[in-house]
Amino acid sequence: MSGSFSIDGVTVPFETGQSIMDAALAAKIYIPHLCHNPEFQPHGSCRLCCVTANGRTVAACTTLATDGLEVANETHEITTRRRLLLKLLFVEGNHVCPACEKSGACQLQAVAYHCGMLAPEFVHFYPKRAVDASHPETIIDFNRCILCELCVRASRDHDGKSVFNISGRGIDAHLTIDSPSGRLGDSRFSASDKAARVCPVGAILPKHRGYEIPIGRRLYDQESISQVGDVASHREQEDG
Amino acid sequence: MADKIRIATASLAGCFGCHMSLLDIDERLIDLVAHIEFDRTPLTDIKQIGRCDVGLIEGGVCNAENVEVLKAFRRHCNLLVAVGACAINGGIPAMRNQYSLTECLEEAYLHGSGIDQPQIPSDPELPLLLDQVHPIHDVVWIDYFLPGCPPSADTIFTFLDELLSGKPIRFAYRQIHYD
Amino acid sequence: MHTVQENDPSNLLQRLIGLQQAFRHIPSDAIDHLAESLGLSRAFILGVIQFYSFLHSSPRGEYDILFSDNITDQMQGSRLLAQRLASKLGVDIGRTRDDQRVTLDYTSCTGMGDQGPAALVNGHPITRLTMERVDQLAALIEQAVPLDNWPAELFQVSAGVERRDIVLNSDYKPGTAILRCLEEGAEELLRRLEQAGLRGCGGAGFSTAKKWRFCASTESAERYVVCNADEGEPGTFKDRYLLQAHADRLFEGMTLCAAVIGARRGFLYLRGEYRYLLGPLQQILQQRRENGLLGQAILGRDGFDFDIDIHLGAGAYICGEESALIESLEGKRGIPRNRPPFPVTRGYLGMPTVVNNVETLANAALIAQQGVEWFRSVGTAQSPGSKLLSISGDCERPGIYEFPFGTPISEILAACQAHHTQAVQIGGAAGRLIPPAEFNRTLAFEDLATGGSFMVFNQSRELLNAIDNFTRFFRHESCGFCTPCRVGTAMLTKQLGKVMVGHATSKDLDELGTLGSLMRQTSHCGLGQTAANPILDGLEKFPDIFQSRLRSTSFEPAFDLDASLEEARAITGRSDPGAHLEGGGV
Ligand SMILES: Cc1cc2nc3c(=O)[nH]c(=O)nc-3n(C[C@H](O)[C@H](O)[C@H](O)COP(=O)(O)O)c2cc1C
Ligand code: SF4
Ligand code: SF4
Ligand code: SF4
Ligand code: FES
Repeated sequence: MSGSFSIDGVTVPFETGQSIMDAALAAKIYIPHLCHNPEFQPHGSCRLCCVTANGRTVAACTTLATDGLEVANETHEITTRRRLLLKLLFVEGNHVCPACEKSGACQLQAVAYHCGMLAPEFVHFYPKRAVDASHPETIIDFNRCILCELCVRASRDHDGKSVFNISGRGIDAHLTIDSPSGRLGDSRFSASDKAARVCPVGAILPKHRGYEIPIGRRLYDQESISQVGDVASHREQEDG
Repeated sequence: MADKIRIATASLAGCFGCHMSLLDIDERLIDLVAHIEFDRTPLTDIKQIGRCDVGLIEGGVCNAENVEVLKAFRRHCNLLVAVGACAINGGIPAMRNQYSLTECLEEAYLHGSGIDQPQIPSDPELPLLLDQVHPIHDVVWIDYFLPGCPPSADTIFTFLDELLSGKPIRFAYRQIHYD
Repeated sequence: MHTVQENDPSNLLQRLIGLQQAFRHIPSDAIDHLAESLGLSRAFILGVIQFYSFLHSSPRGEYDILFSDNITDQMQGSRLLAQRLASKLGVDIGRTRDDQRVTLDYTSCTGMGDQGPAALVNGHPITRLTMERVDQLAALIEQAVPLDNWPAELFQVSAGVERRDIVLNSDYKPGTAILRCLEEGAEELLRRLEQAGLRGCGGAGFSTAKKWRFCASTESAERYVVCNADEGEPGTFKDRYLLQAHADRLFEGMTLCAAVIGARRGFLYLRGEYRYLLGPLQQILQQRRENGLLGQAILGRDGFDFDIDIHLGAGAYICGEESALIESLEGKRGIPRNRPPFPVTRGYLGMPTVVNNVETLANAALIAQQGVEWFRSVGTAQSPGSKLLSISGDCERPGIYEFPFGTPISEILAACQAHHTQAVQIGGAAGRLIPPAEFNRTLAFEDLATGGSFMVFNQSRELLNAIDNFTRFFRHESCGFCTPCRVGTAMLTKQLGKVMVGHATSKDLDELGTLGSLMRQTSHCGLGQTAANPILDGLEKFPDIFQSRLRSTSFEPAFDLDASLEEARAITGRSDPGAHLEGGGV
């Protein structure tokens, strides 16, 4: 079965079972998102994709499209909300973009640019978090983790390893690694894992490859993520 | 155009990169200078800030002196602008927030490598350090934020230009970046 | 009866609770052993341990004392009592004494609001704490008296019912409703519940008959019925009373539900704070088995097999949310699922599952026994019947009250003898703050819906303390899954703290409002959607309590300027004028 609904007045077709996000992606309409990656089960945690559907606020990635639904996406009100969510994510961690190898190809940054965020403005939490450089090929900087759980899903559902987990609760929730020492180097993680390629931010990074692309030519330097698409999909293409 | 717009600038816990970027405006600066005049800045000799239209602040707040300067700017400027990553979120200097101040000072002056006479400086001439580095909006109200490390000359120019012309300030996609 | 295999991963949480009780923490080698035997990763198990407040990876003291930290406990002096015990025992609150004898800490509301201040000692509730009792505790602990030998009166949990109506005035005979159901058929029972208009008592008020019908109509080999006895909403204790005094009714309700939906297995999810009820509840289950009301061929009906397991929670308010509860039943971290699919179509182990509140299930049994007219004899058209309230705070007669739906707040306040009332918090921390101007509003789904919490504040109270308490509660209980609630609850606490210490300006209030509405609109589940209610209601209905604490400056720093120099002053030994900063904003 199929049908159609609208996003900001544009008619979008869908197949039964597709989420608003799936249908929008297929129709090349950009709905800002961070925890969503079409290769994995929808998660619904970042809330960036929240739209209104017939007036009700819902997450586009976890809400099924239905016939005749009227979805509002890029309204002033929704964009303002998204900026607030982004600001919360920025102040929750330690995001020092000038010192981050992911800068320019980071989805958190790119979505923030798209939504017109100039500064995080809130009070910063400055949490004390570690960097795990124990693995020969991959580094994890927990300062930049936004808890999207894409690595958790990729390692569990694709790699079959469940290397990553979430522990703690509330503002103390944090990413953990399954190994006797809790460090990546002692885990079953390999740089060829899917989980190595899904992080939307600079939390899971390949070693020995920093700052390869000059400023100005990086993924999001010239054009908005709404045109360019997700960093993970580009990574997949590059890696063949 | 009536009077010139009076601008003051300061570098707190920053690297002067944002000021360099301001100078990078190059020849367009000449057009601007017809409309602006500088009050206290590292580029002039004026030591005390006077009444200003715009204050541009580079760098975060890491010591007592930074706080005083920032408050003076807020008192004297109609519009206060956070320029650059350090002013906006503490930037690189705020990476010391991962450690306690004691740890930082001990590492720098007592236990670090190549230290001759281990002693933590306590000269009253030196501004005392805050326990954490803060973005400037933690201390005073900030009217506008210009991100970048540094913001490009083009971004700063656009900001000043549109401010002068009284237009709503709009940036092209490429003018906004956090690094 | 253990239908869950010992080595089923869904048993993880129950195994961990057992280990915690036996070893005062979960020893590292036990984690390895569990990982091996349940086929789970170490990190997964650690993730579960760190999710639940009552599980720990390092040992607690031989006496693990948790003071209930609800605002009503605080109003009865709990904080002073905790401090007194701390100084008597020579241990800081939040820490374990060096000799491992005792740990002191605070915990979210333990459900003893009518007999507080309360605490838990190794999971056992101690009520009506006084200075004398605290001194008594200190002595017992110093003398290392085993808990079993502590005076029984310390552990007395009374069941004070202050007002009865149709439900609590009815006699109930175990098995009557089931028998009737077997005679008349499930459809007739559903019709009766429908006509009675029974709605969920957990707060949301969904039609119970509709829920059961949905579940029954699904295609599935297995279905489950779950009783939600998590009762975590601060200030609620009416389920505790039902579990203590009327468990038979709710087990009967579960059995009826099983008959309707075709479940063979049910769970009672009992909050960890009520572990003291586990033994008595299991006895009742056993009795029901012996009376043919549970087990194989119930009341002799071939094929009607149903039994109930009790699962314990371990200190996580979010596990009252039905899908988080199901995750917890499956042994995992209590993270709310995406809905739809709702539990009625995909619940426990992916099977259709009915989750109902204790009171709902008990009422269902009574309606089956007493009939539609009886239930509809009180209440309103949209909210038939009555509601159990847990009344606490500033009133002369705190306790359990049964009121017909449609009763005005003013009448409830009169009944519990509340005087000079400044405000009522209805529905717990997640509920609404009601000012006197609205005391003519009524208890009803169409007006003021509540799961049963009713906290009264008189005019001598600083209402902002209550708002602060609730806001901190949510920060502590947020599961951390979604951005607005995880970061928002922490940010609200920070910002409200600024108001509390008198360092805020009207800009800070604007920010509280902005954050609050963001959380309300975008949070993944009910917790985050309601976590800002206390602040938003406060700002709207009691603006003065905020305004009176504001600075008149237009902006105040986010932190204490001079205090932030303290560490540097200490290191350098400086105290010259340059070593200080004037506070205040510009
Ligand atoms: C954060 C949160 C906590 C909840 N806690 C409880 C609870 O302790 N007890 C309860 O019965 N329902 C609680 N609920 C409501 C349940 O999700 C669910 O609606 C209820 O158990 C359904 O039963 P009912 O229809 O009989 O009310 C909670 C909901 C949320 C969002
Ligand atoms: S992860 Fe992205 S937002 Fe964070 S520091 Fe790196 S580039 Fe900046
Ligand atoms: S490490 Fe990256 S992929 Fe994993 S949860 Fe954090 S942000 Fe998401
Ligand atoms: S709203 Fe709060 S409790 Fe609910 S899913 Fe989000 S973080 Fe968890
Ligand atoms: S993309 Fe939908 S919630 Fe994250």
